[in-house]
Amino acid sequence: MTNILDGITKAFELIFSGDPRVYEVTFRSLLVSGTAILIAALWSIPIALFLGTRNYRGKLFIKGFFTAMIGLPTVGLGLILFLIFSKAGPLGFLHLLYTPTAIILGEAILITPLIVILTTRAIEDVDQEIKNLAKTLGASEAESSIAVLREASGGVFLAGIASFNRAVAELGVAQLVGGNIAGLTEVLTTGIALETARGNLELSIAWTIILLAVVFGITLATLLIEAYKRRRK
Amino acid sequence: MTLGVELRNVTKSFDEITALGNINIEIHQGEILGLLGANGSGKTTLLKILALIEKPSKGEVYFDNKRVTEQNASLTRLETTMVFQKTTLFNTTVYNNLAYGLKVRKTPKTKIEEEVNRALRLVKLEGFEKRQAKKLSGGEQQRVALSRALVLNTRLLLLDEPTANLDPRNASIIEEIVSTVNRERKTTIVMATHNMFQAKNLPRRIALIKDGKIAGVGTPAEIFGSLSKTLASFAVVDNVFNGEARTTEDGTTVVDIGNNVRLETTTQERGGVSLFISPKDIILFEERFASSARNVLKGKIVEISDLGAIVRLKVDVGRDFVVQITKRSFNEMSLNLNKEVYIAFKASSVQII
Repeated sequence: MTNILDGITKAFELIFSGDPRVYEVTFRSLLVSGTAILIAALWSIPIALFLGTRNYRGKLFIKGFFTAMIGLPTVGLGLILFLIFSKAGPLGFLHLLYTPTAIILGEAILITPLIVILTTRAIEDVDQEIKNLAKTLGASEAESSIAVLREASGGVFLAGIASFNRAVAELGVAQLVGGNIAGLTEVLTTGIALETARGNLELSIAWTIILLAVVFGITLATLLIEAYKRRRK
Repeated sequence: MTLGVELRNVTKSFDEITALGNINIEIHQGEILGLLGANGSGKTTLLKILALIEKPSKGEVYFDNKRVTEQNASLTRLETTMVFQKTTLFNTTVYNNLAYGLKVRKTPKTKIEEEVNRALRLVKLEGFEKRQAKKLSGGEQQRVALSRALVLNTRLLLLDEPTANLDPRNASIIEEIVSTVNRERKTTIVMATHNMFQAKNLPRRIALIKDGKIAGVGTPAEIFGSLSKTLASFAVVDNVFNGEARTTEDGTTVVDIGNNVRLETTTQERGGVSLFISPKDIILFEERFASSARNVLKGKIVEISDLGAIVRLKVDVGRDFVVQITKRSFNEMSLNLNKEVYIAFKASSVQII
């Protein structure tokens, strides 16, 4: 118990002392996960629009597939990507293994099902006539899709938070395709795992506190923004 | 600012259900065409095809004699707009709702403000710009939806049951606006309705829609003057009776409509028939006197409805007959509830439907 309390005290000292490694790893985590969300949104939102605004055979199957993929073990995905990115793998020639890009791509794939399903749900909750309405007012196909997304913004926002939290808190992908190289691919979760194994508890506790603060902070900030927007409506 | 539209052999199917079957209709420039039909008859689908947001499964749509194709559809769509039956609004301010279509058309900001203000004045919603559209009352929301369409000043305006579920005040505001827009801007308007009163008053022509097909097209006088089975099947129409037709010894046809009420008609049909007598064809008397009318029935007034210049009376002669008389006649005859009166109409006024 004393060890834990001691660790927490030292962790706070580390956080407030401005230790460069603590902040470098934190910043990298935010950057990698933030970029992963933006990249995942590029393909996830069009997929969600397709799933949410059209009816066709096999739709239930596709939604079922994405829903199941939300539970994909991060280590499993990490291993698959490791095999793909490794020298002998199909994308070995890109030399992506153990780079931040590999983590970004891996996390983007990891959070795709979550963004797709949550955004699809948000779009399905929007009045089905919104797309038609926008078109009758002169909007093109793309403009009418943007109108639908704008109406679903609350749900899309939520999809963003959930996905960011999943990305920033995952370990398997970052560990296996990032390799936890200090100063290059070390992120909060891999750092915590490494320092705990090394017995450097105060640093791993410090990063855990930061990780929790990031997750809670971003969630809280987003919810406050949403509440403020709702109040104005 | 008028636009002529034509549908040629238009069929629309959803999976195995045919919503519209082989529709052929010309919508004249600057007219108000009423689409009258029961719920589910295909009126909304027809409007959506005219709005170019639904593609016909078969057939062609022509705007100003030019065929609408995949290539020119989005450009042609700028000529038309539609107000939905279920009020659909963007979850934002009234101003943003109205400005949407103008922004899409890349209208300059100052012009947008000017046009939005003008449209809001037209629907009597000045000062509502900053209000959240979805927080307004049902009637106000529908007026926002209408003004959002009017602000675009399109040549074709499509209205799907624009006054359904509205209170009389909001309904009459909307009817007045529709009439003004058609008169002043010469906008071609197609309006779906199952409101008989609205269908009688607003449109110049009416298309009766039944089971996805056009069952008849004509002026309101033509459509309502001779009541058809289609119209009677969904509209609440007064003075429609079922009875048994038989020929009497002197060769005339009498229809027994129950409760000892027998009506003389000119029909040649025998057996079970449905018949209709227009309330306007019935004359009301205080005392019986000789006339050429073959049907003279004694009864008493059981209901009086004041409709402004017209008074609508329900007279129980064994069966309830609705009679329309002017307010002046009503006052001069000193009519009141339970007063005994005679109603009379010609055998030729009894329409077999």
